[in-house]
Amino acid sequence: MANVQNATAASNRPSRTGAAASGSMAVIAPLAGWLVPGLGHFLQRRWIRGLLLMLAVFIMFFAGLGMQGKVYGFNTGDLLDILGFVGDIGSGLLYFIARAMDWGAGNIQRAVADYGTKYIVVAGLLNIISAVDAHQIAIGKKP
Amino acid sequence: MTIELSHFTAAVIFAACASTVFGITQRNTSREMLRYGAYCFALFVGGVIVAAWAMWLLKH
Repeated sequence: MANVQNATAASNRPSRTGAAASGSMAVIAPLAGWLVPGLGHFLQRRWIRGLLLMLAVFIMFFAGLGMQGKVYGFNTGDLLDILGFVGDIGSGLLYFIARAMDWGAGNIQRAVADYGTKYIVVAGLLNIISAVDAHQIAIGKKP
Repeated sequence: MTIELSHFTAAVIFAACASTVFGITQRNTSREMLRYGAYCFALFVGGVIVAAWAMWLLKH
């Protein structure tokens, strides 16, 4: 009887460990993917997907900065400014680095600078989609 | 560093990056990802061209 119980416990152990690992990855992967674009996929060995997502977000973010787009700070003013901040912060560390380095002051004299502002916001939104995708992979809903 | 892009080039770069993310995140297999990414890219760029012609027609 004791042997049977031991065997059952032993057979349950790996699945519990696997479930715990999958559970922690379900939290770690989206957080890592938000902080560094693509990292959530790298952690789950989706190298090519992670690289492509990282490139897409980095190119959009830095092209936006290059076009002299604006990086929104935290604000409680105009609704569009608040939404701009929400979109921007989706880029994770890129956003905090840009704020710390005083990048993204914006330039209202250039029409393309407005495109740049949208590029930066959309880079953040795309990164949030990527982070959600990393979560879907971690919980097994996606291969 | 300042980047000088035409409006069309900016739209194409936007389309390429957004399509890449949409393709990877909205489909499950590599083949489907590629097809959906290409579909989104075509819709983005096609939409830009159609909108440009619509504005040209409105102006003239």
